[in-house]
Amino acid sequence: MDIVYTIWLRNMKRYLRSKSRIVGSLGMPVFFLLVLGFGLNSVVSLPGMGQGYIGFIIPGIISMSVLFTSVFSGIQIIWDKQFGFLKETLVAPVSRLEIMLGQTFGGATTSVIQGIIILVLSLFIGLNITSIAGFLVAFVFMLLIGLSFTAFGIAIASKMEDMHGFQLIMNFVIFPIFGLSGALFPIDGLPSWLKSLTMLDPLTYGVEGIRYGLLGTSQINPFFSFVVLTGFTVFMVVLGAYLFRKINV
Amino acid sequence: MIAIQVENLTKRFNGLIAVDNISFSINSGEVFGLLGPNGAGKTTIIAMLSTMLKPTSGSASVNNFDILKNEDDVRKSIGIVFQDQSLDEELTAYENMDFHGRLYRIPKKVRQKKIIELLKLVELENKKNNLVKTFSGGMRRRLEIARGLLHEPKVLFLDEPTLGLDPQTRNRLWEYIEKLNKEKGITVILTTHYMEEADRLCDRMAIIDKGKIIALDTSEKLKEEIGGDVITIKSPERDRLYSKINTLSWVKHAEPHDNSVTISLQNAEKHVDEIVNLASGNGIAIDFISIHKPTLEDVFLHYTGRTIREEESGTKDQMRMMRRMGR
Repeated sequence: MDIVYTIWLRNMKRYLRSKSRIVGSLGMPVFFLLVLGFGLNSVVSLPGMGQGYIGFIIPGIISMSVLFTSVFSGIQIIWDKQFGFLKETLVAPVSRLEIMLGQTFGGATTSVIQGIIILVLSLFIGLNITSIAGFLVAFVFMLLIGLSFTAFGIAIASKMEDMHGFQLIMNFVIFPIFGLSGALFPIDGLPSWLKSLTMLDPLTYGVEGIRYGLLGTSQINPFFSFVVLTGFTVFMVVLGAYLFRKINV
Repeated sequence: MIAIQVENLTKRFNGLIAVDNISFSINSGEVFGLLGPNGAGKTTIIAMLSTMLKPTSGSASVNNFDILKNEDDVRKSIGIVFQDQSLDEELTAYENMDFHGRLYRIPKKVRQKKIIELLKLVELENKKNNLVKTFSGGMRRRLEIARGLLHEPKVLFLDEPTLGLDPQTRNRLWEYIEKLNKEKGITVILTTHYMEEADRLCDRMAIIDKGKIIALDTSEKLKEEIGGDVITIKSPERDRLYSKINTLSWVKHAEPHDNSVTISLQNAEKHVDEIVNLASGNGIAIDFISIHKPTLEDVFLHYTGRTIREEESGTKDQMRMMRRMGR
């Protein structure tokens, strides 16, 4: 565990030092929250939602923030590869699994912090947290999204040579995962083809879980969401660890 | 005591042979050089000995641990400074050292003490809380060497330690390396394509070309092999000059390359006028003539038929330097 902690600690130090990254990665979620939230609040009315459209998308935007930060944290391994630092870690008498887990926990921690910042900002535009238990539920789901998608980023980074493919991954993988997740629209009432895509998207279960925690309502049973997302997290961590083991520097 | 034993080590990349069936051994306490042009296979040898790369065939041991069977013990026994920088620029000098110490599971108290001790050794103690991105190339190199020593390795690998550094910094680094070797008895293996560096630092060296060891000995012995003196003559009619010179009885060995001819012989001072007369008698112009004792450069030329500089892809060096400066 001491090695996992060492890698985690480095991630934290780098994160806390890069103020521009913290602020920069808040930009898009806050923009979405304000523009979509206030822009569509008056025209969209959702049955059974007391807090309006803004209230509905807050969990979605929190997931977005966690998703983007975590994938990015995982992919950062490419930088370590290019700037040579990864060699220093790989030549040490430690297992690659420890390195990978340290990176995963580091990425998950930073992304959950980013998610919580959005959550706190949301308190100013109408979010009410009614119970500690609800917050904890949301927290657990944020953590699962963070862990699974950091591992996902590491898996991608292990296969990529440099950052050239980054845009491709962002536009064709990460945005679709976000867009199809039910972060911005309710799942019920979707055309069936779109609904099945949404149900295949692991992020959907994260969004729904956070929504249950913060708003007390969700369209998917929160226990079911928890099982699916936990399964996905375990799968991603195993896959990430497997691919990272084969990384060449 | 043998620090490193290499037997029939081979590495292929997609059918291309990078390291071709090499064998050698290094005694503990020795400074050993792997000398050769870029792309000769030096870095690949280091990568295999440091367990970063699996050999295609053959075996090797470092500090009596097999590089395939006892990976972790090998890793604990070695310190390594890679050819390209491997520091975290967003962390301070101290934090980079601390990270390394934790990775090698050095207890906190020992770690803290040793970090300060080593930073003092490389004269970076007063910069310990500065971010590495503010450091110059020489400071970064020194920090990397200090870091490589933190876990008290028996063997230190230095891959092109002074590449892209100015002459002053290079000299200072050489002094550190000598000091480390003498005071701590650490076995040092360094790769370089600077002849001067190998000459100054190494007890013994292996000249590597195209993945093979073509000569292995002390610098003196290698130079003696060539014998006597070396005369280098530049001429616009190189080939004609070469064929004339080759007929002279006291020429031990002559070789044309670039636009000059290199001759090894005894008592060059006595024969230089004969060469000049021979050339002018045949109407061959001479641009330049020099007499010197054999250098490692001549040794390399003798064994490979090329100068090490011909082989050097100068642009690669420059690119690496630019990358380093750009960071």
